[in-house]
Amino acid sequence: MGTKKVQRGSFEHSLKRLEEIVESLEEGKASLDEAVGLYEEGIQLSKECAEKLKATELKIRKLAKSAGGDFEVTDLDQE
Amino acid sequence: MPTEKQVISVTDITRQIKMSLEQRFPRVWIQGEISNFKQHTSGHLYFTLKDEGAQISATMWRSRAAGLLFTPEDGMKVIARGGITVYPPRGSYQVDVEQLTPVGIGELQLAFERLKQKLAAEGLFDEGRKRPLPSFPERIGIITSETGAALQDMRTVLSRRFPCVTVLLMPVRVQGAGASDEIAQALKELNQYRNVDVIIVGRGGGSLEDLWAFNEEVVARAIAASEIPVVSAVGHEIDFTIADFVADLRAPTPSAAAELVVPDRLELLEVIRNNEYTMRQALAQMITAKRERVRSLVSSYALNRPRDLIREFVQRIDELQRSIGTNFAHRYERMAQDVESLGKRLIAVSPGNILKRGYAIVRKGDAIVTHAKELRPKDETVIEFQDGKVETQVK
Repeated sequence: MGTKKVQRGSFEHSLKRLEEIVESLEEGKASLDEAVGLYEEGIQLSKECAEKLKATELKIRKLAKSAGGDFEVTDLDQE
Repeated sequence: MPTEKQVISVTDITRQIKMSLEQRFPRVWIQGEISNFKQHTSGHLYFTLKDEGAQISATMWRSRAAGLLFTPEDGMKVIARGGITVYPPRGSYQVDVEQLTPVGIGELQLAFERLKQKLAAEGLFDEGRKRPLPSFPERIGIITSETGAALQDMRTVLSRRFPCVTVLLMPVRVQGAGASDEIAQALKELNQYRNVDVIIVGRGGGSLEDLWAFNEEVVARAIAASEIPVVSAVGHEIDFTIADFVADLRAPTPSAAAELVVPDRLELLEVIRNNEYTMRQALAQMITAKRERVRSLVSSYALNRPRDLIREFVQRIDELQRSIGTNFAHRYERMAQDVESLGKRLIAVSPGNILKRGYAIVRKGDAIVTHAKELRPKDETVIEFQDGKVETQVK
């Protein structure tokens, strides 16, 4: 899965887009209207990213392949 | 012969024994010592496994024997994996060996080196095969023991560094008979499942024998075959396993694997905060620059031309007004002079002045007499001099 595309809406995608925005704002080539648009998008993205990072509980599940060949995901009872 | 008793043939009983035994023991791990080792010219191996109490015949077919990383010898302690088979023509049972693993540090070390060389020669350890790990995994597959310390360690690190991930655990045995097969199977299944960004396979530290599953060829090949990047996380710092060489990334411990697989949340938050700051700065700078530009345009020559023109006109008008004022004054003055000189000339030619020069005005009634023929004798006239009038009569 080395060529796996970065999914839209994923953390990686958001962060990548955010970096693009920061770069083009720094370049300063965009028109003012564009720049304001980019800025608003950028702030939105950084909020989303920060929000995702605020998740505090690690989700941990058990994966098992059933006899039928389907995968079952169950909660892991621990601690 | 009692008719109630059922009589069966040797073949029948042997077939039943064969079915019974082969179904009961399709796969077993048997530890014992090799004796009577023979390698047939066909390549098949024949030997006996024995311990203090018993012995069992064993065969290993050429195709499987070819994968052996050591040469079995009499007296060598091994673990044989295989199924029990019955050979009816001789009425004997034996182990059909699929895999033979030496027991004991010396043999294990040797097997390790041989497998390492073999896989290295195949290119399985090449740097070029190693894939980069995802920067921000959202789902992490973990293959380890459900009850081991390794899982707890990874869990602790992931919770601290990057708790927004989902961990999918495939519980396996990580040591003992069958562990390597379970690990290899789990790798295969995670690849079928696909929905993980990276796989960590590992266990806590232990002896060479404890870690042996991670030195097995079947595990190495499963790691190499994985389409999802694999991080090996076996034991403590100093233990290198075959799995470590094949994996896309080798972590010295399970905790380290967790550290390597996810970014640090706090660092990322810092990056995001910096990005926000940079964006704000860039935009503010841009606005300032534009404002400057507007300001400079407002004061530019072109834009100020109309105002300048107006100013010029105003000035011109002022000047004109001023010059009009002077002209008028001049003309007035000149006119005044003219009037004065005309007045003087007029005064000069006034009758009074003429009278002063010795002329006199003769009037007959009201009319001024300008010709002598207008007068007849006896006409009454008035002669006006400069100092008064005299009444006279023409003779």
